[in-house]
Amino acid sequence: MANEVCFRNMDQDRPWLLEQYRARGGYEMLSRILKEKMPPEKIIDEVKASGLRGRGGAGFPTGLKWSFINRNAPGHKYVVCNSDEGEPGTFKDRDILRYNPHQLIEGMVIAGYAIGATCGYNYIRGEFWEPYERFEAALEEARSAGFLGNDLFGSGFDFQLHSHLGAGAYICGEETALLESIEGKKGQPRYKPPFPAHFGLYGCPTIINNTESLASIPVILEKGGAWFKGLGVENSGGSKLFSISGNIKNPGVFEIPLGTPFSELLEMAGGMKEGSRIKAVIPGGSSAPILPGDVMMDLTMDYDAIAKAGSMLGSGAVIVLDDSNCMVKVLERMSYFYHEESCGQCTPCREGTGWLYRVVNRIETGRGRPEDLDLLDDMTVKIAGRTICALGDAAAMPVQGMLKHFRDEFEYHIEHKRCLVG
Amino acid sequence: MGFKNIPMSTVKPSENKQALFNAKIRAEIDKWIAKYPPEWRQSAVMGALMIVQREHGGSLTPELMDNVAAYLDMAPIAVYEVGSFYSMYEHKPVGRHKICVCTNVSCMINGADQIVEYLEQKLNARLGGTSADGKYTLKEVECLGACGGAPMFQIGEKYYENLTPELIDSILDGLEE
Ligand SMILES: Cc1cc2nc3c(=O)[nH]c(=O)nc-3n(C[C@H](O)[C@H](O)[C@H](O)COP(=O)(O)O)c2cc1C
Ligand code: FES
Repeated sequence: MANEVCFRNMDQDRPWLLEQYRARGGYEMLSRILKEKMPPEKIIDEVKASGLRGRGGAGFPTGLKWSFINRNAPGHKYVVCNSDEGEPGTFKDRDILRYNPHQLIEGMVIAGYAIGATCGYNYIRGEFWEPYERFEAALEEARSAGFLGNDLFGSGFDFQLHSHLGAGAYICGEETALLESIEGKKGQPRYKPPFPAHFGLYGCPTIINNTESLASIPVILEKGGAWFKGLGVENSGGSKLFSISGNIKNPGVFEIPLGTPFSELLEMAGGMKEGSRIKAVIPGGSSAPILPGDVMMDLTMDYDAIAKAGSMLGSGAVIVLDDSNCMVKVLERMSYFYHEESCGQCTPCREGTGWLYRVVNRIETGRGRPEDLDLLDDMTVKIAGRTICALGDAAAMPVQGMLKHFRDEFEYHIEHKRCLVG
Repeated sequence: MGFKNIPMSTVKPSENKQALFNAKIRAEIDKWIAKYPPEWRQSAVMGALMIVQREHGGSLTPELMDNVAAYLDMAPIAVYEVGSFYSMYEHKPVGRHKICVCTNVSCMINGADQIVEYLEQKLNARLGGTSADGKYTLKEVECLGACGGAPMFQIGEKYYENLTPELIDSILDGLEE
């Protein structure tokens, strides 16, 4: 039941080539849609029926997002793909760009047709030079084969697609910061509302979706929304890519149905490294609160199960930590990240992330004070929900998760000025 | 950010753009410009800075950013803002090879600290510094989206994963002088 959607071509030799993609029926869905002039509403309904939720982290229903666009509004509309992939622990979109770029292109053209857009951009993080070149080559192939450009399949529908390269900024994964960045500015998130569906790229109606969300579209339409939904479980339709890394034997990206037990995913990844025991898991990228290993072993990998346990599925980035890790050190590194990556626009985030880092750092280096844990608790409350974008929450949640499940380790550190482990 | 959205290019279009960069750089920047609506030349600023940095030894200067501003009809300050916001733009000279080591969580728990230590000793340079022969710059970076290959680093355009001291030796031996 693995590799049904975004990775369904992984058994092919050089699967990124157009001829390989076409050998498996690639671009046939697009051709059918355009030749039949399929009503756009039908496409959006099918995506809604699939239960696809945004794979970038927030899990917003994709079909619903598309239906917010007023197709008949005058002027340009845009489809933007978010391949910024910056959430620590996440490395799945890179594999889509490298191994299945045409499915992403086909998904973006279909999305464009569905919302009445004639142009799209794929925002690829600047460090992903090799995946960018792979994607560019696929764009060239698609253009020469007539799958991108004007009057596609004689339908009168035009669609141009370009990639935009970032230059190193986690915040540009946030959708409105990403739009600012394409517009040639610093990546500072915009106030919402207005949402991108009304006021997006260049002020025009825009949908923005994660790479994996868009690459899933051709398969969803080919096999039907009901089929996709049936792969997963209640509230979590479909299969999903999980990037699993940490103290495990065979880290990698696995496409499995949502609702698969975590223990099975861990097994697919070879289990824990020789002689190491599972201590904790970050189930959805570094912004997701950490959970104890024994809690994780009883959970299934779907939105509801992970949320009920007090964390989130996020981007599907699973970081597995063994018992040799000091949780204070892990949190110190994560807090440093958010401090480093805050765009500086909102005071609670700009100042708060620095405070979080400095306080965790002083605990880690043996200078912690007994009142520091309450101070951390208090700061997270004063950051979360008080900023323009969710980076503030992303910085606060790991701290809250750590203090909830591993408070004793922090207390030990403060009292004894050294680690409980190692 | 309000409801208005216009390019920041309020300056008079600059003349004699050919004088700003050589033909190769101009052709590359023009490819980026062509991707965006004509009134949004400034969307090409990130691509342009990247190209100009690469073609000038790996770092930017105020003069180079001024030229990018003139080429794209942008206010210089708007280019400085972009140039200083994104971490891949350098504003101090760098070595011929920039080694960007990821130290984020997945890499850290797989030995990134030892990788950094090994590099610092081998190159006799600290994180953020450049080796005495000007060949290498060592830089700490955040998660590069390759945690499955932790520990890892990037040199130039390429990722190197599952690093060990032996592997690092052979990678560095294989680089151009
Ligand atoms: C700080 C921050 C970083 C984000 N980084 C990413 C990212 O790297 N990739 C991504 O797809 N979404 C990222 N998101 C989520 C996007 O804002 C947006 O929800 C998503 O791209 C929408 O696509 P989807 O509905 O298909 O998931 C980030 C959000 C925040 C607040
Ligand atoms: S943590 Fe190093 S690449 Fe992700």
